[in-house]
Parts: sequence; structure tokens; C-alpha cells
Amino acid sequence: MLDFLQIPGRITLNSLRKLGRANLFMLHVLAGMPELLRRPGLVVNQLHSLGVLTLLLVSVSGFFVGMVLGLQGFNVLSDFGAEQTLGVMVAASLVRELGPVVTALLFSGRAGSALTAEIGLMKATDQLSGMEMMAVDPLWRIVAPRFIAGCLSLPLLASVFSVVGVFGGYFVGVRLLGVDEGAFWAQMHARIDFYDDILNGVIKSLVFGVVVTWIAVFEGYDAIPTAEGVSRATTRSVVYSAFAVLGWDFILTALMFGDT
Amino acid sequence: MQTSRLLEIWVGFFIALGLLALLFLALQVSNLAEFTPDQKSYKLTARFENIGALRVRAPVSIAGVTIGRVSHIGYDQQSYQAVVEMQIEPAYSRLPVDTSASILTSGLLGEQYVGLSPGGADEYLKDGDPLELTQSAFVLEQMISRFLFSKAEGEGAAKTGSAKGSDGAGE
Repeated sequence: MLDFLQIPGRITLNSLRKLGRANLFMLHVLAGMPELLRRPGLVVNQLHSLGVLTLLLVSVSGFFVGMVLGLQGFNVLSDFGAEQTLGVMVAASLVRELGPVVTALLFSGRAGSALTAEIGLMKATDQLSGMEMMAVDPLWRIVAPRFIAGCLSLPLLASVFSVVGVFGGYFVGVRLLGVDEGAFWAQMHARIDFYDDILNGVIKSLVFGVVVTWIAVFEGYDAIPTAEGVSRATTRSVVYSAFAVLGWDFILTALMFGDT
Repeated sequence: MQTSRLLEIWVGFFIALGLLALLFLALQVSNLAEFTPDQKSYKLTARFENIGALRVRAPVSIAGVTIGRVSHIGYDQQSYQAVVEMQIEPAYSRLPVDTSASILTSGLLGEQYVGLSPGGADEYLKDGDPLELTQSAFVLEQMISRFLFSKAEGEGAAKTGSAKGSDGAGE
């Protein structure tokens, strides 16, 4: 009977401990931010491996998502004779939801998992403890630049995704299905609001950037330093990122668009 | 050294591309570029019996050309009328004082906007002037009920059955 109670208790305590470790870890990383200003080259390196290398994946996916939106939207809207609003539909769904969310999911699969594996492997091969021996704090030297680069990359990637997606919708809607070009752009122009739609989308992607990169670097740092531990940490990083992004997306959407 | 230079160029390209995308969203996709209210724009007010679904920032157009935006919509408790304030761009300052305003709809399902039609007076409207001649929004339900009502009246009281039939078809 008591064993029966012990199991959920242990699970709860373990997850709370992990949450606490994650928060202390983040505080420590944030404390290292002033140090980074003297070594901006570290961030540039990470921007390359996290941002530039994800760019192609994000643009290609964005184009296809935009094309699918154009096709599906056209089918539904033409039933009501409202094909002209296709541009609004494509742009609104991309800028508000799909841009930030899909980019964050792709980013966690392409860059977040790599971050976790890299840091986990550094830990498993004692590179992190080696740094500590040389009085270099690995959280500041290794984790902080990766965290900053991840937070900066995701909003930029999400904007690229949305723009490429709008052109994908334009390609299918206007070029292939024959929606009027002027109406496509003009209606979009008139109905998408800069503050309500675009700025909120950017805020969303910034939040997702923090969440995804935080989970990725923490899982790597917290991994059990064996081959199996690193592989588990990588899996957890992608799974937790997906959960966190979708959960936060609901909360942020309720806060931003709930009252209108 | 060469690889580091290449890497920095790629990162610069990435950041420039991201910012360009954001700029494109702001200027091409959204309406940011349109409603930046000009300091010199002047204000006109108009009173309507019914403004339908008119919203703030709806366009104000004359002969199909957008010359301004609706800046504020209020309600006058004394006259039970809606008060619509419009900001007109300073380039379009030659509107006669007997210009009339009506609320129109762009297309069957489109947004509502304020359409101005100029009169023939010699004097021009100034900042803060009211538009005296206004026409309310076209409300589809009222039109349908008026149409059905007149149709039922025309067919007379003798054949109430056919009036009911057209009622059903109109729904």
C-alpha cells in the first residue's frame, strides 16, 4: 500500500527537482551574459550552425506549407465565392500560428537535437570537467552563446518561413488556380494588422526560441554521461520541445487573440 | 582565417535575410505602411443613422481613391446618431463644403468603407468641419424585409399563400 503511494510521490519529486535544476542552470547561464559581450565571435559561430544551416530546411518547408494552404484554402473559399480572400487566409494563418509553431518544431528537430547531443557528448567525454579544471566556466563558454544564438535565430527563421509561405500560397493561388493577383495582395494588405498579427507572431517565436533552446541545452547538460544517456537526452529534448511549444502556443494564443 | 570569414558572411546573410523578411511582412503583408497618421492630415466628422459594420481604420475614398482613414467612431446620446471622425490626407484638401458621405460595402462580402461624393460649392472643407449630407449603411436584412413586405403588399391580401412562399424562398 505504501509502495503504491511512493511511486507517484517519487515521480513528482523527481520532476520538481529537475525543474529546479533547470531554473538554477538558466540563472547561471544568464549571469554569464556580460562575459559574452567580450567574445561575440562565439555567438556568431553558433548563429551559423543553428541559424544558417536551418535556413534551407525552413524555407523549403515554408514554401510547401504555403502551397498546401493555398490549395486547401482555395477549395473551401471557392464554395462561398470568396477566393479573393485567399491571401488573407494564407497570410493570417502563417503569421499567427504556422510560422512560429512549425518553425519551432523544425528548429527543435534540426538544431535542438544537435545541441543536446553536442553538449551531452562533451559531458560524456569529460570536456566540460576539463574546462572547469582550467577555471573556464562551461556554462558561460559553451552554453550561453548557444542559448543566445538559438533565441536570436528562431524569430528570424519564423519570419523567413512566413514570407516564403506567403509566396507559396501566391504561387498556387494566383499562378496555378487563377485568383486575381491584385485582390490577393490588396486584401492581405488591408486585413493583416502589424501589431495584432505580425508583432504577436514575432513575440510567439521569441518565446518558442527561449523554450526550445533552453530545453535543448539543459537536457544536454543534464544527460547521464554515457552513450545511452546522451541518446535518451536527445530524444527527450525533441519530445519536450514539441510539448512545450504546442502548450505555450495555446497559452499565448489565448492571451493575444482570446479577447477579440 | 578564410573559413571564419566565410562563416561570418553566411551569418550576416542570414541576419539580413531574416530582417528583410520581417520588413516585408511589415510593409507588404500588413497594413503598417498605410495608416501611419500624418501630422498634417485634417479631420472631418460625419453623423450617420446607422454605420453597419464600419470599423476604425476603414478607408475613406472618393471616386474609388483612398484619401484617408476612419480615425474614431463615437455615439451621440442626444441625437442617437453615430459620429464618425475621419483623417484626410493633406494632399486632398479641395473637398467642397456640400460633399456628402455614405457608407458603402466593397463587394458583397467585403469590408465597409466611407465613400465621399463631392458637391458643387465653391468653398472647401477645413479641419474639423462636419459633413452635413450623409447616407446610412446598407443593411441587408432591412433590404430583404422591405422587399418582402412590398412584394406581399403588391400581391394583395387575397393570396396570402404566395406571400408566404416568397418568404420561404427569401430565407
